[in-house]
Amino acid sequence: MSDIPGALDAIPLLGILFQLFGYVLANLQYVSNTTVAVAVPITLAALCGVMCERSGVVNIGLEGIMLTAAFVGWFVAAEAAGAMGTGTPLPYFGITMPLVIGLVAALVAGMAVSLLHAWLSISLRIDQIISGTIINIGAAGITGYLYSLISSQSLVGAGQFQKLQVPPGVVDIPVVGWLINAIFDQGPIGLVTIVIVVVLQIMLFRSRWGLRTRASGEHPRAAETVGIDVVWLRYRNVVASGALAALGGVWLSMEQTGNFNAGMTQGRGFIGLAAMIVGRWTPLGAFGAALLFASVTGLSQSLTISHPTGDLGSLINGVPGEFWEALPYIITIVVLAGLIGRSIAPAADGQPYERESAS
Amino acid sequence: MSTPGRPASSRHLLGVWIRSLLWTFAESVVAILLAVVLGGIGIFLFSGLLPNHSAFDLGLPIAAYGALWSGALGYPNGVGSTLSYATPLILAGLGVGLGFKAGLFNIGGRGQFLMGAIGAMAVVTLFGQSLPGLATIVLALAVAAIFGGFAGFIPGVLKATSGAHEVVTTIMLNYVFVFATYWAISGPLRLPHSPQPITVDVGTRASALGTINILGWNLLGRDAHWGVLLAVLGIPLLWFLLYRTTLGFEIRAAGANSDAARYAGMKTRQLVVLTMSMAGALCGLAGGTTLLGVVHQIAPGYDTTIGFDAITVALLGRSNPIGIALAGLLLGGMRAGAQSMQISPGVPGELVDALQAVILLFLVINLLRRWRAMRHVDAPTVAPAEPYGLGAVPAEVSE
Repeated sequence: MSDIPGALDAIPLLGILFQLFGYVLANLQYVSNTTVAVAVPITLAALCGVMCERSGVVNIGLEGIMLTAAFVGWFVAAEAAGAMGTGTPLPYFGITMPLVIGLVAALVAGMAVSLLHAWLSISLRIDQIISGTIINIGAAGITGYLYSLISSQSLVGAGQFQKLQVPPGVVDIPVVGWLINAIFDQGPIGLVTIVIVVVLQIMLFRSRWGLRTRASGEHPRAAETVGIDVVWLRYRNVVASGALAALGGVWLSMEQTGNFNAGMTQGRGFIGLAAMIVGRWTPLGAFGAALLFASVTGLSQSLTISHPTGDLGSLINGVPGEFWEALPYIITIVVLAGLIGRSIAPAADGQPYERESAS
Repeated sequence: MSTPGRPASSRHLLGVWIRSLLWTFAESVVAILLAVVLGGIGIFLFSGLLPNHSAFDLGLPIAAYGALWSGALGYPNGVGSTLSYATPLILAGLGVGLGFKAGLFNIGGRGQFLMGAIGAMAVVTLFGQSLPGLATIVLALAVAAIFGGFAGFIPGVLKATSGAHEVVTTIMLNYVFVFATYWAISGPLRLPHSPQPITVDVGTRASALGTINILGWNLLGRDAHWGVLLAVLGIPLLWFLLYRTTLGFEIRAAGANSDAARYAGMKTRQLVVLTMSMAGALCGLAGGTTLLGVVHQIAPGYDTTIGFDAITVALLGRSNPIGIALAGLLLGGMRAGAQSMQISPGVPGELVDALQAVILLFLVINLLRRWRAMRHVDAPTVAPAEPYGLGAVPAEVSE
C-alpha cells in the first residue's frame, strides 16, 4: 500500500471499508448463527449480573459460577451415562437422561456457589469484590484439581445437546432467512436464553418483583420502609441468578462441546460483566452488547472459512492470527472505556445493607 | 480505644498495637490450619480417583502433606525451591498490595507478569550476544519492569480518564497479553530455524540468574537463584515508599477516601495511573526474574498462576510489605511442596489453588473475631479489617 501517493491515502481506506461491508453482507448468513451462539454464555453471565446488581449486589464471581457449573454438568452427566447408559435420545436436541441429570446438577451447583456469595456479601457484609474473587480462585482451583484427577482415567463424556436444524429452504429465504437461521440454529440453552432475555426484560420493568428489585438496588433503606425485606430479596435474586450463570457454564461443556477443560470459561464471565455495563443494566441491552462482542468472534471465524480477496485480503493477511483471538477482549475494553460515562450503575450497587438496629 | 478526656499513654497505644498484631497473626494461622484440614478431607474424599489408590484412603492426605512439607522445607533443596517460588510471589504480591493501599484491585498480575517476561526475553534476544552477562541481566530486569509497568499503565489510564473499572479491564488485558505472548514467541522472539515457536534459552546467552553460590558453597540448594535478592530488597523499599514518603502517604490517603484526598489537593487521577504503573512494574519484575532465574525460555503455552496467587499473598499479608513477605514465603512453600506432592503420592498440584481460596475464605469470614464478638458484646467490632474495604465498586462512575 506504500505505493499509493499520500494525497490519496483516504481512498484505499474507504475502499477497504466498502469491501469489508460487502464481505460481511455476503457472509452474514454463514456466521450469524455462530455469533448468536457465542453470545449465549456472555448473555447468560450478563443476565446473572443484571439480577444481582439491580438488587444491589456486585457479583464478579460469575466466572467461577460458570466454571463450576461447566465442570459439574459435564462430570455428573458422564458419571450418569456410565451408570445407566445414554439410552435413545429424544428426537429434538438430542436430549438424553444423563444430559438432563447433568444439567440439573450444574444448576444446583451454580446456585450453591451463588449462595456462598450471597452469604459472604449480604450477611457477613464482606467486600463483594473480594468475595467474588475468592469464588473465582476457588472454582478454578477445585475444578482444576478434580479435572486433573479425572483426566488420568480418560472418562468418556455423555455427549452434548444438539442444535435445532433449520431446513436449508428456510435459510435461503431472501432478507429474513439468515435471521431465522441465526435465532433458531441453536441448541436448547441458546433458544432458552433468547426467551429469558425477553422475559427478564419485562419482569424487571413491569412486575412487582422487578420494582422491588430495582428499589432495593437504588435505595434499600427507602425500600425497607415500605415493607420490602431487602436482605431476603437480595438473597433470592443472587441465588436464583446463579442458575443463569450456571446455564452459561453448561452451554460451554454440554452444548458447544461435549467436554470440559481446565479454565474453559476464558474470561466470559468478565465479558458478561462488561456487557451488562455497556447494556446499562438491562437484559435487552446486555444481550445487544453480548452480540456485539460475539460478532468479532463471528467475523474472525468467517475470515478463516472464506478469505476475502483484494486489498482487504492483503490487509488481513498482514495481521497475525493472535490478533483476531485477542480482538474480542480488546473490543470489550474499548467499548467499556468509551461508554461507561453514559452508563450509570444502580445507586446502592455493591453497598452492603445494614438494617437500622432497634436500639 | 481510649475514652475521651483521658489521653492514651504511648505505653497503652503500644499495647493495643501489639494486641491487634497478635490477633491478625492468630486469624491468619487459624485460616491456614482450617484450610489444611479441609484440604485433607478433600484429598481423602477423592482419593478413589487417583490411579492405584483405594477409595477413601486415610493415609493419602498424610502422605500428600508429608511430601508437601519435605518439598517445601527440606534443606537445602526444599528451602531453595521455596525461596525461588516465593520471589515472584512476593514481588507481585507487593504490586497487588500497593494497589490495595490505593483502593485499586489489580487482577492483571498474569498479564503484567507475562509482559515482564517478554520484555526481559526481548533484551536477551537483542543484546545477549553483544553485552556482558551482568549488563544484560540488569537491562533485562529494567525492561521487564517497564513492560509490566506499561501493562499496568493501560488500566490505570482507563480508570482515571473514563472510570472503566480496573477489575474488568485488567482481566480483559490478561487475555490480550496471553495472545501477545503467543505472537511474540512465534514472531519476533522466535528462535531462528527451530521447528516449533520457542525463544532462545537465556542460559546460552550467559544471561541467566545463577544459583546462589558463595565460594563454591551452594548455600540454598540447586533452585535458589540470585533473583531472590530482588524480593529481599523490594520489601523494605516498598515499606519505605508507603510509610515514609509523601507519595506513599498520598497513595494511602487516596485509598482510604478518594474524595477527601482530592479535596485536600491531591491529584487522585494521577495517583491512580502512577500506582497501577508501579504495581504493574512489580509484577513485570516478577516475570523477569522468573524468566532469567527459573524457566530460561518461553515455550508455547507458557502461562502463570501469579495473578491469583499474588492476590492471595496481598490479602493474607494485609497489604503490608512485611506481611506480604511472610505470606509469599508460605505460598512459595506450598508451590514448592506441591511439586514433590505431585510426584510421589500423585496428588495434583492444583490442590494449592483450592487451598488458597479456602484460606482466603476463612480469612474474610474472620472466625476468631466473630467468636470473640459473640462472647463479649463490647469487644472490637467485626468490621472488616483495612485491606478488605476496597471502597470502589465496579462500574462506579467517578465524578
